[in-house]
Amino acid sequence: MKAPDFAYLRPNTLEEAVAALGRFGDDARILAGGQTLMALQNFRMASAEILFDINWIPGLSDIHEEPDCLVIGSLVRYAGLEASSLIERDAPLLSEAVGHIAHPAVRNRGTIGGSLALGDPAAEMPACMLALNAEMVLCDANGERRVPADEFFLGLYETTLRPDEILTAVRIPKARPSQCYAFDEVARRRGDFALAGLAIAGKAEGSALHSVRLAYFGVADRPVLAVSAMAMLEGQSLTAELIDRVREAAIGELDPPDDPATPAAYRRHLGGVLVARLLGQLRERLL
Amino acid sequence: MNFQAPIGSSLPRDRAKRLLAGRGQYVDDIQLPRMLHLAFVRSPYPHARVKSIETIDAVAMPGVARVVKGADLVGVVSSWRGTHNLFPGLKAPEQHVLAGDTARWQGEAVAAVAARSRAEAEDAAEQIVVDWEELPFVGDAEVALENGATFVHDSLGSNQAFAAEVKQGNTELAFQDAHLVIERRFRFNRHTGVSLESRGLIADYDPSADRLTVYQSHQTPHQQQDLYARLLDIPEQNVRVICPDVGGAFGLKHHLYPDELAACAISKLLERPVKYIADRFESFLSDIHCRDHTVTARMAFTQEGDIVGMQVDDLFHAGAYSQYPRSSIAEGNQIIRLCGIPYRHEHYRAAVRMAYLNKSLLGHIRSVGHPIACAVTEQLVDLGAKQLSLDPVAMRRRAYLRDEDFPTTSPGGIALEHLSFHGCLDRALERIDVDAFRREQAQLREQGIYRGIGFATFVDLTSIGPEYYGEGGQHISAQETCLLRLEASGGIRCYTGATDQGQGIDSGIQQVVAGVIGVPVQDVKVNSGDSELCPVGGGSWGSRGAALAGEAALRAGQELRRNILNIAGVLLQKVPELLDIRDGAVVDATSGAKQLALAEVAQIGHFRPYMVPDNTPSDLTVTGRYASRDRMFLPANGLHVAILDVDTDTGLIVFQRYLVVHDCGRLLNPLLVEEQIRGGVVQGIGGALYEEFIYDDDGYLCNGTLADYLVPMAAEMPDIEVEHLETPTATSELGAKGAGEAGTTGAMGAVLNAVNDALTPFDVTLSEVPLTPPRILRALGKI
Repeated sequence: MKAPDFAYLRPNTLEEAVAALGRFGDDARILAGGQTLMALQNFRMASAEILFDINWIPGLSDIHEEPDCLVIGSLVRYAGLEASSLIERDAPLLSEAVGHIAHPAVRNRGTIGGSLALGDPAAEMPACMLALNAEMVLCDANGERRVPADEFFLGLYETTLRPDEILTAVRIPKARPSQCYAFDEVARRRGDFALAGLAIAGKAEGSALHSVRLAYFGVADRPVLAVSAMAMLEGQSLTAELIDRVREAAIGELDPPDDPATPAAYRRHLGGVLVARLLGQLRERLL
Repeated sequence: MNFQAPIGSSLPRDRAKRLLAGRGQYVDDIQLPRMLHLAFVRSPYPHARVKSIETIDAVAMPGVARVVKGADLVGVVSSWRGTHNLFPGLKAPEQHVLAGDTARWQGEAVAAVAARSRAEAEDAAEQIVVDWEELPFVGDAEVALENGATFVHDSLGSNQAFAAEVKQGNTELAFQDAHLVIERRFRFNRHTGVSLESRGLIADYDPSADRLTVYQSHQTPHQQQDLYARLLDIPEQNVRVICPDVGGAFGLKHHLYPDELAACAISKLLERPVKYIADRFESFLSDIHCRDHTVTARMAFTQEGDIVGMQVDDLFHAGAYSQYPRSSIAEGNQIIRLCGIPYRHEHYRAAVRMAYLNKSLLGHIRSVGHPIACAVTEQLVDLGAKQLSLDPVAMRRRAYLRDEDFPTTSPGGIALEHLSFHGCLDRALERIDVDAFRREQAQLREQGIYRGIGFATFVDLTSIGPEYYGEGGQHISAQETCLLRLEASGGIRCYTGATDQGQGIDSGIQQVVAGVIGVPVQDVKVNSGDSELCPVGGGSWGSRGAALAGEAALRAGQELRRNILNIAGVLLQKVPELLDIRDGAVVDATSGAKQLALAEVAQIGHFRPYMVPDNTPSDLTVTGRYASRDRMFLPANGLHVAILDVDTDTGLIVFQRYLVVHDCGRLLNPLLVEEQIRGGVVQGIGGALYEEFIYDDDGYLCNGTLADYLVPMAAEMPDIEVEHLETPTATSELGAKGAGEAGTTGAMGAVLNAVNDALTPFDVTLSEVPLTPPRILRALGKI
């Protein structure tokens, strides 16, 4: 398949970009790493009339730190996250997760902002944002607004991002020494979209856990928190018996879709396997 | 004769350097002046009537040269039927390049657009409006053969395409008296061979000379030349098929595809070059698929573990039509002939039924039928061993055909020359300590790690002889010819009828020629894949290149060598028998002293031929021919051993070891044989674990992209160890047998047995492939 004809626009500044986006709205699609969009265009499953290439806008490809948070520009490539010592120090969950994304060729082009703006329910980055309580920074011609991850993902490929907005950065609270985290996913082949995945982040005081967030991906139309399972962990120390109850609770609240290759029961079962395995890892680390 | 280096040397592929340098030339790299590009409109339904096709808007689109419907090609191209005269009961319906009033599978083409670019052709194809009337469909072979089923072809009056049975002895009586009978129902789900380069061609018809030149990604240029000449009514001497670099074929590129023939017909109609490259969507919908068999099989044993007999019932289908020109019968036919073949047994009955239904066509993909026969047999042997409390290795040792049993004819009717079952098992046991494995397995189980070992013994019917298709009425030459030309400068040009799709047969042929004549390998240049320049040959499929084209090359090499020495003898005033060719020079056979450079001989032969007496054979352009006689196949054999872990929480499988012990007779190039085997194992693992077409209840293909049709990837693959035994065939001087499919043949059985061995503590047996995680967890009762 070859893509239908489209126009190509390449703004040089953020101001230019948001001004133009305001004019074109729905007809334009933002081109970042292109790892999903170009395939969809070629498949003729997306038929944007204008591809709006933001790769040349300065300032969107940096990672910098503020006192309490890391600000990751939306054009930072996965390979950039992998190589960043700031990320390793202040957002180690991302360091662990990013190696699960596709293959090196995709990670060289794909961007964190592209993944978040697309809102693929089986992708790693949205779940990590949810686990880490990150904020998305969205810009339009009138300025910027910040949306917490909890409110950003609305459904299948659906977010609060408006057609006239650009996702410019994500703000991630810096990991404290007390942070505990874990990440894993199950895929048939390394680099595939996950059949089910789980990102965990929280605080450990001694062996007691606080504010643990269990963010699943690949099991719903968006990344989801297993809230009742999370509540069971609050203030608790991990024991085999607690992990088992949390697993049951997580399985109980997951409601994955059925598809011909992957029955819902299998994804739900994996949800239980993942939470048990990752909490088991945390328990060993906290001993 | 003396098989000197480079025969038997592990040399890298001659083509590899070019391809790695990005200098390969595939069909899509070729651009011709005035060339048009094709896009097809394909049926979105598994079965539908075409009430009308409205093309007005499409014709008006930018860049469009012509919109073509089936009726436009009447008189330009003929229809065909996929029959096979060795199977006279096979009912094959008439098939056309574009469907007429009925589309019979999702993906069948009904119209085409020829335009300036592929993108414009696709733009216009989107504007064609087809008025479809959906018809009831048949999506399953069992349903297809029920009374009252919808007919795929009304003209046939039935969906049953073919039924046959082979028999030896009396299985009914033997099974009554047997100590133990094991019965299983197996499912082998549908997959395909995914070549990196998709199908594609450029058809270039020149009306001024009534000449058709086709550049095509294909395995059999001479077969295509014959088909295009007959179906397009062009004198065969005016048809030329060129196969440039081909990026993988696996059998899916040795068929005639309606869309490809349509491209040729449209070139003839428009008198312009026409390019058609299947995209990946089209590949999944229109490439030949394979497997999709349901096999019920029983094996009877004595108390001691001897196999008494076997009963096999195979039900499969052809898809919507019988594939052309080979027919779709081979996969089922191989299964009923190959089950149980490594084992001594006397009583055998195997039956096959083939149906038509509303899915894309099934045909020949690497190792046709063999993986199924192997997996069925080897699982029944393992289950028998378990019931009899015998070790699976000991069981095989006891039940294998023994060295003294050869030559023999198998109960399925296959003539077996000499196969090295025991030798392969011995070699495998030198590499794998099974007792130590069992101890480790027991320890790991206590830690919740479920590791298993699986053995799969196989026989591969390689190097299909002329009788199979010759008697079948198809023009798929199995006569192999090799043409050699000694250039005046001493180098050798070689033209072979084999074709290279990446497996490296060019290098094998090059090594045979160099070794037989006595010149350095780089002094021989092999040319292949051109039906006009290359002498007649059957191309490369069915593990035939080394054994058949290799023997023709050997014969040509012997003749050229003789003629070179004849000329040298005249010049040196010596009898040729006292001379030899070594390292590209004529030498004294006894002392090894250099007498003449090959160039000196060649210059006499080319420019001063009057120096050689007329009655002395001295041609420096020679051909060697080879066609095997009195046998359909050249069986090779081997053993696969898989060791793997099953994660009983996730259902995922992780390989620990994989060993193939293989015997393909004389090895021309061990490195390339090993590469072939490794690639074959990976493809076999694809069928065992990953590759499966999934259709929904309405008959629609659900996973027609590389994102959801899973091919095996490097990260999950084991390090595949390969060991060779060499039992040369006595039917040729070279002694080589085929190797191209051996890796695929045993992989499914070995993986299936290893998974079931790993899951022994759970008392479950899986007999359906691919072994997906949901299937494994369902068997374990976890979901």
